[in-house]
Amino acid sequence: MSYSLICGAEIHIELKTKSKMFCGCKNDPFHADKPNIYTCPVCLGMPGALPVPNKKAIEDCILIGLALGCQIAKVSKFDRKHYFYPDLPKGYQISQYDEPFCFKGSVDTSFGPVRITRVHMEEDTAKLQHTTVDGKKVSLIDFNRSSVPLVEIVTEPDIKSPEQAKEFLKKVRDIVRTLGVSDCDMEKGSMRLEANISLAPVGANPCIRPQLPNYKVEVKNINSFRYFANSLTTEFARHSKILDRGETPVQETRGYRADLGTTVSQRVKEDAADYRYFPDPDIPPIVISDEWLSQIKSRLPKLPSAKIDTLIALGISESAAKIIVTNQVMMEYIDQVKTINPKYLESVAKDLVNKKIDPAKLAPSDYIKGLESRLASQISDESVLKPIIEKIIADNPSVVSDFKSGKQNTLGFFVGAVMKATHGQADPGITNKLLHDLLH
Amino acid sequence: MLLDKSLKELLAGYRNKSIDPVDVINEAYAQITKYSTDLNVLISVRDKQEALQQLRSLSPSLTLYGLPYILKDSYSTTELRTTCASKILDNYFPVYDATVHQKLKAAGAILLGKGNMDAWGHGASTENSDFGMGKNPWDPTRVVGGSSGGPAAAVATRMCAFAIGEDTGGSIRNPAAWNNISGLRVTYGRVSRYGCVAYASSMDTVGPLGKTAEDLGVILSVIAGSDKYDATSAPNPVPDYSQLLSKKPQHLKIGIASEMFGPGLDKEISANTKAFADKLSDLGHEIVDISLPIAEISDAAYYILAPSETSSNLSRYDGIRYGNMRELFTQETMRRIMVGTYELSSGYYDAYYRKALKIRTLLIKTFQKAFDKCDVILLPENPIMPPKLGDLISDPLANMLADLYNTPVSLIGSPALVIPSGFHKNGLPIGVQLVGKKFAEGLLLALGHEYQQATDWHTRSHKL
Repeated sequence: MSYSLICGAEIHIELKTKSKMFCGCKNDPFHADKPNIYTCPVCLGMPGALPVPNKKAIEDCILIGLALGCQIAKVSKFDRKHYFYPDLPKGYQISQYDEPFCFKGSVDTSFGPVRITRVHMEEDTAKLQHTTVDGKKVSLIDFNRSSVPLVEIVTEPDIKSPEQAKEFLKKVRDIVRTLGVSDCDMEKGSMRLEANISLAPVGANPCIRPQLPNYKVEVKNINSFRYFANSLTTEFARHSKILDRGETPVQETRGYRADLGTTVSQRVKEDAADYRYFPDPDIPPIVISDEWLSQIKSRLPKLPSAKIDTLIALGISESAAKIIVTNQVMMEYIDQVKTINPKYLESVAKDLVNKKIDPAKLAPSDYIKGLESRLASQISDESVLKPIIEKIIADNPSVVSDFKSGKQNTLGFFVGAVMKATHGQADPGITNKLLHDLLH
Repeated sequence: MLLDKSLKELLAGYRNKSIDPVDVINEAYAQITKYSTDLNVLISVRDKQEALQQLRSLSPSLTLYGLPYILKDSYSTTELRTTCASKILDNYFPVYDATVHQKLKAAGAILLGKGNMDAWGHGASTENSDFGMGKNPWDPTRVVGGSSGGPAAAVATRMCAFAIGEDTGGSIRNPAAWNNISGLRVTYGRVSRYGCVAYASSMDTVGPLGKTAEDLGVILSVIAGSDKYDATSAPNPVPDYSQLLSKKPQHLKIGIASEMFGPGLDKEISANTKAFADKLSDLGHEIVDISLPIAEISDAAYYILAPSETSSNLSRYDGIRYGNMRELFTQETMRRIMVGTYELSSGYYDAYYRKALKIRTLLIKTFQKAFDKCDVILLPENPIMPPKLGDLISDPLANMLADLYNTPVSLIGSPALVIPSGFHKNGLPIGVQLVGKKFAEGLLLALGHEYQQATDWHTRSHKL
């Protein structure tokens, strides 16, 4: 039997606002010198303390929603989500339940669109550390991360392959980074991924979207795009086997184990957890006026896809453009070169992507100067180059026969040899053309 | 007694040196020694030398210079532990001060102790306390009322010049009436809740208890106002309530709803409330008939919303952080946690919580309509006189019904002033409740002050 993969993603992104979500404590859990230094009665959940929402964080959340093509609520609210865990000092997490700030968005991938169900705002939990102190196994809690602003992006089950997952997730990361609201560092955990996976039998007509299966497996602890893709691959294989036996995979939460390259069961969900959501009475509903929304919209920078189009229009290749937009330093370099002389953009883009330029060491103006002097001394006269190339061909009969037998990569050998003979001054375009003519 | 004097008289005496604030503080401590243990009034008492030292550090020009006060033990204080009358927080010493405490301190008032209460605010008698049942100074075989029973008794027994209670479903109003003192439930948002241990966040209010409406005005002017630490605090400017109080209110329309004088109401309380209306009429105000048709179901809505919120608010006392396990919750608290948890569970939310919210909206509309016809609504405060200790603790339903006149006001977020209005034939005090539109505290206090100028019920003292 053949199956199609059905996957939805949940992406958590820690915002890099100055202060935490509901108090004035510094939001910098990754650079804190010591545990529990950025804490106060509010983020420690002490009796009587009250949350006051961080306006900037709400704006950043809405900005992400806008960038992912979402509609923005006119009125929204915060809800309490109750569960017991030592890293949750209030016994509930302040989150959003039925009225998220952003909903119904979409992100295009080359495999089709991935619809965004919702983008909502919540607070992060504290961090548990299981360690040994004086020979005793203990669990310690660090509240530096408690109540750090956290945005959750939830997709519809539109992801159909590991490749699409990777493309989609990268795109979301690049967008959020472009917005400048989070570092999206998966190593540190400022971007965290979860996959909801199930398989449906492929029907007679593959164009018809399969019905959602009656089970779903959640995979957590994924801290790279590759692992996300891997978890889809391994889960696909695992589910296929079970389904082939006529059984249904167990509805459960699994963890991705990078060391094993696979997922392992963490806990079986007997029922949907009952979080007893209700509107947080400590926080009045939030009205997003047209005026406020247009202020937020004005912060919306050019997004990666639009930037790629711009770069291509400037003569840069698509493959180079895609790499450059993900890198702020490269983008700035390109911008500077553009203001000096746009005609060199194509070569500077190529050199940046191939790491022939270290932007930290070579100023754009110096790069252009070097480029111009190289171009000035470039040998583009065919009558000068032709004898050099003929000699190289005559000197290397075995490579020539390799080339003729179809080994196209031997062309590089000849280009290299020509460059060496001309001290790098041969015009690459003309060299290529001559080599082509003479070898055939 | 010096502590029989009004706050204005005390402050004037301090300024012209006719009264020594040290004598007043000494007097308060003498009353604490005399009554606190027997009546279970205070949970924690401040060291006297510390209080006197604080007095010496203060500038006499401060608004509330030297005035001793008691806080309900639901307020976070750095000087004294904060137990909320529960063993769960037996040894909890907060690292921060509640906004109300901070404001009073900054104005020169001096904290002397923390008042007994029903643990977590769960109750209307101060019987549900892990630090001993509160007893009524007017009859120690009867309950003091609650949940702010300790602070109310502290004012009645002159352990302080004023006290701060907390009112969710009547917790300031009920004990004020049963102790023959004045108490104000403020408009929701008028006073910051920051640092007040939460019972039901959407109805919790911070308000003063004192000897007179005039005293309440002095305190409210200091503690009211928006607070950057409380997102639900109101931005409305704070008037000088003492000044508003000095203007005699003219020809107010006082609304009375016949539905509120039904069979559950003690006959003498009913007659007393009507006599109060007659007095207001004598003072030149007009009594008008209004209708509050659904007020009778407000108890049902309140006892869905409040337990739901409290089940959430108390989830932080999970046995991990405050040293004591959850089995130390009182029966009443466990009952409310269980009921609230049930009501918020999926599948029941629509049947209970959402329906209660609808009743709340209806109540707001009902009162809005009533306020179209009048300036102030007159309600009895309690349907019954204080029961004997232990009588109602085994009858939770009767306990809830005693909140009949309190919960509608809590649900709509309006202010309500309770003042003494006479005595029952059993010798115990009766209080009435004046309900105003939102932020009408000034008007309520002015009316209360006018009544207290014309009567002397509030000056009568217990016979202990």
